[in-house]
Amino acid sequence: MSTNLDIKVKHLTRVEGHGNIVVNMKEGVLEKAQLEIVEAPRYFEAMLKGRSFHEAAIVTSRICGICSLGHQIASLKATEDALGLEVSWQTIQLRKLLTHGATLQSNILHAYFLAAPDFLNVGSVFPLIGTHPEVVVRALRMKRLANDMGDVIGGRAVHPITCVPGGFTRIPTAEELLELKRKLVEEMVPDFLATVDTMAALAGAIPQFERETEFISLRSDDEYALYDGDICSTDTGRVDDHEYRKMTNEHVVTHSSSKHCKANRSSYMVGALARFNNNHDKLCDAAKAAAEKLGLKPGCCNPYMNTIAQVVEAGHCALDSVAIIDQLLEAGLKDEQPNQEPTKFGTGVGATEVPRGILYHEYTYDRQGRMVKANCIIPTGQNLANIDDDMKKLVPEFIEKSKEEITLMLEMLVRAYDPCISCSVHMLDVDFIE
Amino acid sequence: MANKPRVAIFDFTGCEGCELNKLNFENELLDILAHVDIVEWREAMDDRVDEYDIAFVEGSLSTPDCIERIHEVRRKCKVLVSLGSCATLGGINAMKNIQPIEEVREEVYGEDKYLFPTLPALPLSAVVKVDYEVRGCPMTQIEFLKLFTALVRGQEPVKPDYAVCIECKLKENECVYEKGMICLGPVTMAGCDAHCPSFGQYCTGCRGLVTDANIAGMEEILVKHGLSVDEARKRLQLYNVNQLEGVQR
Repeated sequence: MSTNLDIKVKHLTRVEGHGNIVVNMKEGVLEKAQLEIVEAPRYFEAMLKGRSFHEAAIVTSRICGICSLGHQIASLKATEDALGLEVSWQTIQLRKLLTHGATLQSNILHAYFLAAPDFLNVGSVFPLIGTHPEVVVRALRMKRLANDMGDVIGGRAVHPITCVPGGFTRIPTAEELLELKRKLVEEMVPDFLATVDTMAALAGAIPQFERETEFISLRSDDEYALYDGDICSTDTGRVDDHEYRKMTNEHVVTHSSSKHCKANRSSYMVGALARFNNNHDKLCDAAKAAAEKLGLKPGCCNPYMNTIAQVVEAGHCALDSVAIIDQLLEAGLKDEQPNQEPTKFGTGVGATEVPRGILYHEYTYDRQGRMVKANCIIPTGQNLANIDDDMKKLVPEFIEKSKEEITLMLEMLVRAYDPCISCSVHMLDVDFIE
Repeated sequence: MANKPRVAIFDFTGCEGCELNKLNFENELLDILAHVDIVEWREAMDDRVDEYDIAFVEGSLSTPDCIERIHEVRRKCKVLVSLGSCATLGGINAMKNIQPIEEVREEVYGEDKYLFPTLPALPLSAVVKVDYEVRGCPMTQIEFLKLFTALVRGQEPVKPDYAVCIECKLKENECVYEKGMICLGPVTMAGCDAHCPSFGQYCTGCRGLVTDANIAGMEEILVKHGLSVDEARKRLQLYNVNQLEGVQR
């Protein structure tokens, strides 16, 4: 039996940035199954070249609005590593709070607004305002509170203002943190539990598809690694974050303006599912219970379950934020000035988990503290080869379905990765030629 | 109002942070949606349509495809609004405009440099008529809400053309220069309520230059406060390279 299939989805909707899905099967032979990245290159190197270390995080934040906090954190860690700037315990705790807020915000946005419409067979969240108003209002309330965390601590959730090398330009007040805690406990936790129920009711719509692959995320002995940790692979275990090039191996492919990556196989996966697979033992009890209720088990190889892992993480971020606020208040907030006196000039690496996966920044500064070399490796870029490999297995497996059904499955697959295409075509990775 | 305005939202070269900032109007989103019909928005919905009343556009124009698409948007809309620094000024993307493009491409893609076409990063107004603008990086939320309200009511929006310093003084902030930092508030268009200085950070100039900005005077102040001449120019260029260097065609 000969089978022909020709799918082309131009500018896939409900993802961040511009990508096309292209699948081509002729007489049962799969000729092409790939995600084309057609986002306009940004050329960030031109913006960073020769700039002061004070500006690096301001510039790299603009790689992506949705991941702006994550880019700032990775950027600050790289700058501080390169210049030998020590940061205080308070700074780290405040950054962890910001990271939790940004992860919560992004995971909720994706699960409710971008992924859930597929589970309910609608084209966007807007029809749900009429049919499921209480769910939409709940999603908005959760998103607002997550953004409040960014607004209060960062000055603004998109492109935060207060995070600078060596610390913060403004420390939140105890009253502000107490108010956040109150809302987290009184609103976010019940809303999270309700979210788990909603997602459990929708979970039947998640396609059953598995492909064994390598999962890479940060891993820490102390906590569910988001802000900091070693690089951890399900294939080869842990390495220091300075070894990141060995774990990414970026290369150009012709169908994508974003570079592809590989580690120990042809592809690997980063993001919520990778973090869950590597670090489920470090989740708080409520998040573990949510995972169980939603049928998410360690070692999960169904990429569509990434959305479920995001929901599980949202609960962990909410509850761990309460714990961090308690610690900060117990220690007493100190009006610290950022430490911006370099003790050396050289190369530094910052690795951090952003909602879509592990993010690396590496900078080299000259003796005036000006950028001479920069490299950023973005989660979505790391996932692209894995998405292509998923498509290559998925299409033949479901070839008996209609073209429309396969197209929807492919769109849902790409959305499950929550790709951030603006990020992936940031185009760094250059040596500046003086 | 008899018919709700039909609104479409588009993104070009940028970080999509301005769009995200719209989804971040959680408290106002349902009210906003009660006054308009959103008919096309790739980042949030599947639908695509043939005409709309108001188009909100984020991002700068930096590829041949962008130029083609913005013409299409202009054709299909009655009112075009640029959102944020990239769409209004060319934004941070425009930094590449003052570097030799061959070199920029080669450094990033090596021998594959011609795989992906690129043009100088331009504001929308360099290619089509723009009716209104919301400035800022990301776009200033209060300014968006004011403009949106005015458009829905059929009023003419009011636009400030004075420096961020005015708003900063009104908020009784300590001058950023008094703290031993530099600041671009004196030459930057107000409308953000001096948001960054209010959070202890300096103004990076994301809202663009005020009309008839005294650039030479600003550079002198920056140098007086410790920057080199080159560094002073670089700080000013961050968001304003097209305006300062006259790159836009």
